[in-house]
Amino acid sequence: MAENTAAEEVDLDLEEAPEDEIVVLARKWKKKRGSLIMALHELQGRLGFVPRDQAMKLGREMGVPLATIYEVLTFYNYFKLESPGKYIVSVCTGTACHIKGSPKLLQGLEGELGIKAGESTADGEYHLQGVRCLGCCGLAPLASVNGKVYGKQDVDDAHGLLGQVAVDQPTVSAAAEPVDAE
Amino acid sequence: MKPEELEVKAAAELAKQQAMDVRLVCCSSTGCQSSGASEVIGRLKADLKARELDGRVQVAGTGCMGLCSKGPLVRMTARGHEDVLFSEMTAELAGRLIDEVVAPMVGDDKIENPTGPLAAHVVHLDEPFFAMQERVVLANNGHADPEKLADYLVHGGYQGLRRALTMSAEEICQEMLASGLRGRGGAGYPTGLKWDFARRMQSDVKYVICNGDEGDPGAFMDRSVLEGDPHAVIEGMMIAARAMNATNGVFYIRAEYPLAVERIEKAIRQARQAGLVGRNILNSGWSFDFDVRLGAGAFVCGEETALIASVEGRRGTPRPRPPFPSVKGLWDKPSCVNNVETLANVPRILKNGAAWFAAKGTEKSKGTKVFALTGKIAHNGLVEVPMGITIRDIVETIGGGTGTERKVKAVQTGGPSGGMIPESQFDTPISYEHLQQLGSMMGSGGLIVIDDGDSVVELSRFYLDFCVDESCGKCAPCRIGGTQMLHLLDKIVAGDGTLEDIKTIRMIAQAMQKGSLCALGQTAPNPVLSALKHFESEFTERLRTPETAQA
Repeated sequence: MAENTAAEEVDLDLEEAPEDEIVVLARKWKKKRGSLIMALHELQGRLGFVPRDQAMKLGREMGVPLATIYEVLTFYNYFKLESPGKYIVSVCTGTACHIKGSPKLLQGLEGELGIKAGESTADGEYHLQGVRCLGCCGLAPLASVNGKVYGKQDVDDAHGLLGQVAVDQPTVSAAAEPVDAE
Repeated sequence: MKPEELEVKAAAELAKQQAMDVRLVCCSSTGCQSSGASEVIGRLKADLKARELDGRVQVAGTGCMGLCSKGPLVRMTARGHEDVLFSEMTAELAGRLIDEVVAPMVGDDKIENPTGPLAAHVVHLDEPFFAMQERVVLANNGHADPEKLADYLVHGGYQGLRRALTMSAEEICQEMLASGLRGRGGAGYPTGLKWDFARRMQSDVKYVICNGDEGDPGAFMDRSVLEGDPHAVIEGMMIAARAMNATNGVFYIRAEYPLAVERIEKAIRQARQAGLVGRNILNSGWSFDFDVRLGAGAFVCGEETALIASVEGRRGTPRPRPPFPSVKGLWDKPSCVNNVETLANVPRILKNGAAWFAAKGTEKSKGTKVFALTGKIAHNGLVEVPMGITIRDIVETIGGGTGTERKVKAVQTGGPSGGMIPESQFDTPISYEHLQQLGSMMGSGGLIVIDDGDSVVELSRFYLDFCVDESCGKCAPCRIGGTQMLHLLDKIVAGDGTLEDIKTIRMIAQAMQKGSLCALGQTAPNPVLSALKHFESEFTERLRTPETAQA
């Protein structure tokens, strides 16, 4: 039973998954040829990133050398090796967003959060990143926060975007007011 | 399921829809969902239920209707009336729609012209944005619910497959050749020919792979098709499988498109339940099934050999061709990689016949093409036009120009692999050949409009930066050439470039085009070269000492 409770908390705490989960996950994908990427997707989907010890465990269970796992992890942009923080703020850097000023929005967010793109705030609340085209070009320029898309942004108002996020997604943390994070 | 049972299922769904007084469909694609489509659908349903009208009015989700910047869009269909489209809907407006328009209509069949706040949201479907489009691939968007197999059947779904089941593999390849369909991923290779190569290979296992790795920034055609009409892509793949006696199908879809993945997985489950996928399909004795694999953020995986490596769970690096995948592909078995839009055309061609398709478009470029029209354009969104239409028609008539006081300067087609087409060339018809002549390419369908306030130097730097970042690093021309070229462009952007730098850019470009292993490196110099071709003065003006000499 204790394991079940821990499993439920995984999404929120971004902590280590219970051992059994990795074993089950590995067993499921091991049966299918060439499914390392799918297994990593599932692992990251549960933990928010791929911690080294979990990657090692996955490798053991699936019979894949750790070097092969890291070869794949580091090739693909989608996989994260470090905990990304609670709010993952992704600014679309696709062409449509670019010519509508997304670099400026990204800069503004860097200023607001006091970090560079690709970094997380010291309190682990925010992770900021530029991402490849999200395919919602009709709404350019846009950002997405934990999967929710914020379209037609005012590129000069990064503060407003973070404020909106705090209103929409307050469950993450009440202390995550953008003002505090600066 | 037997073929006749499919007809019964379709007829039942059709009768159900026809029994309704009004049908409201709301776009449920990623774009409109981000603008609040779920709230709109929720409100429509709740209000209808409260008024006990849910037995008379049907609410459904549907695929992208095109006007993405004005979403969420709701289309109202009522017996005996022209369809009406409502843009930029909110939950509040949805309530008004029920109160002021739908409720009065039910029963006395009278359409009330919307007044008040709702009136401003009416979009007329006879506007050029819609009237000038021709929808083959997107035919079901705005009509059918992508999450419902029965709705796909109502719109002629799986009839192409049924016909294919009565034909030999060779006959299907011949039909595709006769239709003139060419690959919509960008290269434009005749689909029938590609299938025929795979058909001729002797092998116990063959794969059909759907390339849904739409990595071109500023393009969302494939996402819209996968989300809006997943069964059409599935049916297209099954027909392809019949044409080459393939045994397995694989979807490779970008992880950045979670809704597309969800819809495809759901559609496969539905089709399997209905006996359309799996064993003994439609009692034909033929068996076929699918696997879904996710990309993980690597543009190069759109290249077919890199894609295959990624499906195998490895780093997505391309390898030299030949051998082509049709000879040695996934797990070294003959494989055929087709683009999403190509596959979505296939069921329509089989259902309506090759001649029907070949009647559309130009002599060498048949059918229609879906474009993602974005950038500095009034009507941002997704359009499908017959081949042969001019760029001006798309940008000015359908797209409505920039919508600001600025003037259109150029369009970029083909994304990071394509080129810029200046406004002076806008009367060129859209076809594979014409776009290539202009130094651009059809590409997968991204069409980005820039205005006279945008710098082509910076835009070409943006694209090159993208390619350098996405280069897999396997071959030197792409890895080193791209990086060096980017340094030179950075110099020019910073105002520190010389004429010699422009010369060097051209030289490196040639080496990359000739020496790179795959299309990523071969085409990476295209945006810069085309910008230099059409707008050289913008580069020279930025040089350390502005020079106007010919490089």
